[in-house]
Amino acid sequence: MNETLHSPDHHPYSLDEPHVEHPGYGTFIKVWAALVVLTFCLVGLSHVSQSYAVWGLLTLTPLKAGLVFYYFMHLKYEGSLFKIVILVTLGTLLIFFALLFSDVAFH
Amino acid sequence: MSTQASTAQPSYLVDTGARKGLLAWLTTTDHKRIGLLYLYSMITFFFVGVGIGFVMRLVQLTTFQKLITAQTYNALFTVHGVIMIFLFVVPGLPAIFGNFFLPILIGAKDVSFPRLNLASWYFFMAGAILAVLSLFTGGGAPDTGWTFYAPFSLKTGTNVSLAVFAAFVLGFSSMLTGINFITTIHRLRAPGMKFFRMPLMCWALYSTAWIQLLATPIVAITLLLVILERFFGIGIFDPSKGGDPLLYQHLFWIYSHPAVYIMILPAMGAISEIIPTFTKRPIFGYKAIAFSSMSIAGVGSLVWAHHMFTSGMSGMALMIFSLLTMVVAVPSAIKVFNWVSTLYKGSIDFEPPLLFALTFIFLFCIGGLTGVMQGALAINVHIHDTYFIVGHFHYVMFGGTGMALFAALLYWFPKMWGKMYSKKAIYVSWFPMFIGFNMLYFGMMILGMMGMPRRYYVHLPQFHTMHVVATVGSWLLVLGLIIFFATLLYGILKGPKAEDNPWGGVTLEWTIPSPPPLENFEVIPTITRGPYHFDQQEKA
Repeated sequence: MNETLHSPDHHPYSLDEPHVEHPGYGTFIKVWAALVVLTFCLVGLSHVSQSYAVWGLLTLTPLKAGLVFYYFMHLKYEGSLFKIVILVTLGTLLIFFALLFSDVAFH
Repeated sequence: MSTQASTAQPSYLVDTGARKGLLAWLTTTDHKRIGLLYLYSMITFFFVGVGIGFVMRLVQLTTFQKLITAQTYNALFTVHGVIMIFLFVVPGLPAIFGNFFLPILIGAKDVSFPRLNLASWYFFMAGAILAVLSLFTGGGAPDTGWTFYAPFSLKTGTNVSLAVFAAFVLGFSSMLTGINFITTIHRLRAPGMKFFRMPLMCWALYSTAWIQLLATPIVAITLLLVILERFFGIGIFDPSKGGDPLLYQHLFWIYSHPAVYIMILPAMGAISEIIPTFTKRPIFGYKAIAFSSMSIAGVGSLVWAHHMFTSGMSGMALMIFSLLTMVVAVPSAIKVFNWVSTLYKGSIDFEPPLLFALTFIFLFCIGGLTGVMQGALAINVHIHDTYFIVGHFHYVMFGGTGMALFAALLYWFPKMWGKMYSKKAIYVSWFPMFIGFNMLYFGMMILGMMGMPRRYYVHLPQFHTMHVVATVGSWLLVLGLIIFFATLLYGILKGPKAEDNPWGGVTLEWTIPSPPPLENFEVIPTITRGPYHFDQQEKA
C-alpha cells in the first residue's frame, strides 16, 4: 500500500516535516503559570457580575484553550495543514456562537 | 492518463486471504467490500422504513377506525424517521459509493485508514442494533419524533435513552468516515491528480466529510446531554429546572440541518458524474460546481434555525436565518443550471442512470423551491408543522437523495458486480415509482396547504380525499421499488457479464476491470488532465 504515499513534494501540506525540538520545562512552566493567572481572573470576574462572568468565559477560556493547544498539544510545531484545520474548526464554532447569540441576546 | 483494462490481480469479490465466506467479509479492510457491507445493510433498513411508512399511509385511509393505536402511530413515525435518516439517507451515498469509489476516482488503492473504515461500519451496525433494541426494551418504542425535542423527550416513559444513545453511536461512524475521506483526499491522490482534476464526486465527498467532522460532534454531545438529563435531571433543557428547551432545538439543528447537506451533497456529486457520461460532454462549469459544493457545506451549516421559526426565537434571529436560508439556495441553483447546461446540445444516451438522474433534478427542484418558500417567514408560520413540510422534505430526501442513490446504483452497478441488469425492467419500475411518488408527496403538500398538521393520528373529513390519493400513491411507489430492487438482485445473481466500460465513461473507475481488482490499479495512474475529457475519446 506504500506506493500510494507519494513523494512529499507532490503534497503541498506534507505531514512528513522534520520533527522540531520541543521547548524546555521553562516554557511549559511559564504557560502553566499563565493558565493559573487566567483562571484566577475568571474566578474574580465571576464575583463581579454575571455579564462579566459570561464575557470572561467567552474570551479568556478560548485563550486558555489556545495556550494548551499551542504548547501542551504541540500545535506550534505542526505543519500548516494542521493549523488551517484547527482554524477552520474554531472559526466554525465562533460563527455558531455568534448566530446563537442572535437569538439569545435579542430576547 | 494511463489506462489498464486487464490485470493479473483477482477481483475484490474473490476471497484471497486466509478467511473465506462471511468471515472474510466481516473482517475485510477493502474499501469496496466495506462499501457493499454498507449497501446491503442500508437497503435492509430502507425496506424496514418503507414498510413502516406503508403502514402509516394505510392508517390514514380511514377518518376514524384505525388499524393501530395512537401510541403505536407515534412510535411508527418516530422509528420511520430514525431508520430512514440515521440508517439510510445520512450515511447512504458517502458510506456506499464514497467508500467504493473515492479511492478509485483519485487513483488510490484504498482509503487512508482501512481498519478505521471497517470500525466505522461496526459502529454503524452497533448503532443500528441499539436503535432496533430500543423498540422492544424499556418503556417501548420512542414516541418523540426523530427530533427528540425537549422537554417531551425528557419526560416520556418510552425508551428514548437507548434510541438517543443509538444515534450517538451512529454519529461516531459518520465522524470516522469523514476523517477517513478528508485524509484520503489530501494524502492519497495519484501523481498529477490536483484538486481541480478530481472528479466532482470527490469534491462532493470532501465537502460532506467536513460537515460530518464538524457538525456531528455537536449532536453527539447534545444527545448525551438528553441522556444525562433523563437519568440525573441536570436541568440543561428542562425549563422546570431552569433549563432552556430552545437551546436543545438550536443544538439539535446545528447538526441536523447540515446533515441535510450530508445527505444531498454526495447525491449531487453522483449526478455530476452521470450527466457528462451520458451526454458525452465535459461538465459545464466544473469549478462552479466544485465551489458550490464547498459553499453549500459552509452556508448550509449556518441556516439551522429555519426549523425553529415558530419556536419563539428573537426577531433578529428570525431575520438572519431567513436571509441565510435564501442565500443557500444560490449554490444549489448553480448546480442545477450547470447540469442542464451540460445536457444542452449533448449527445444524449437515454440510459437508466440518466433517467433517474433527470428524475432527481426534477424532484429536487420541487423540493428545493418549496424549501425557499419556507425560508420566507410569513409563509413558514402558515405551513409550519403541516403535511407541507413532510411533502417538502420527502421531495428533497427521497426525490433528491433517494433517486440519486438509485441513479448512482444503476450507473456503477456494472463496475461493482461486473454484471448488468435488465434495462427494460428498470424503465418499467420507473413509471409506478415516479407517478406514485408525486401522488404521495405532492398530495401531502396540498394537504399541508389545506391545514393538515403532521404527526396526527386522525384527520378531519375535508382532508380525506387527498389522504386517499396519497395512500394509493404509496402503493404505486412501493410497487416501483419492489420491481427496481428485484431487477438489481436478479442482475447480481443471474445478470449477463458487464463490459469494463459499458457507458463510455472517462473517469478512472472505467479504466479498470469490472469488478475491480483487489488493489484497484496494477500501476498507480499518472493524471495529466481534468476528469471529463470526452473530446479526447471522440478523437480516439
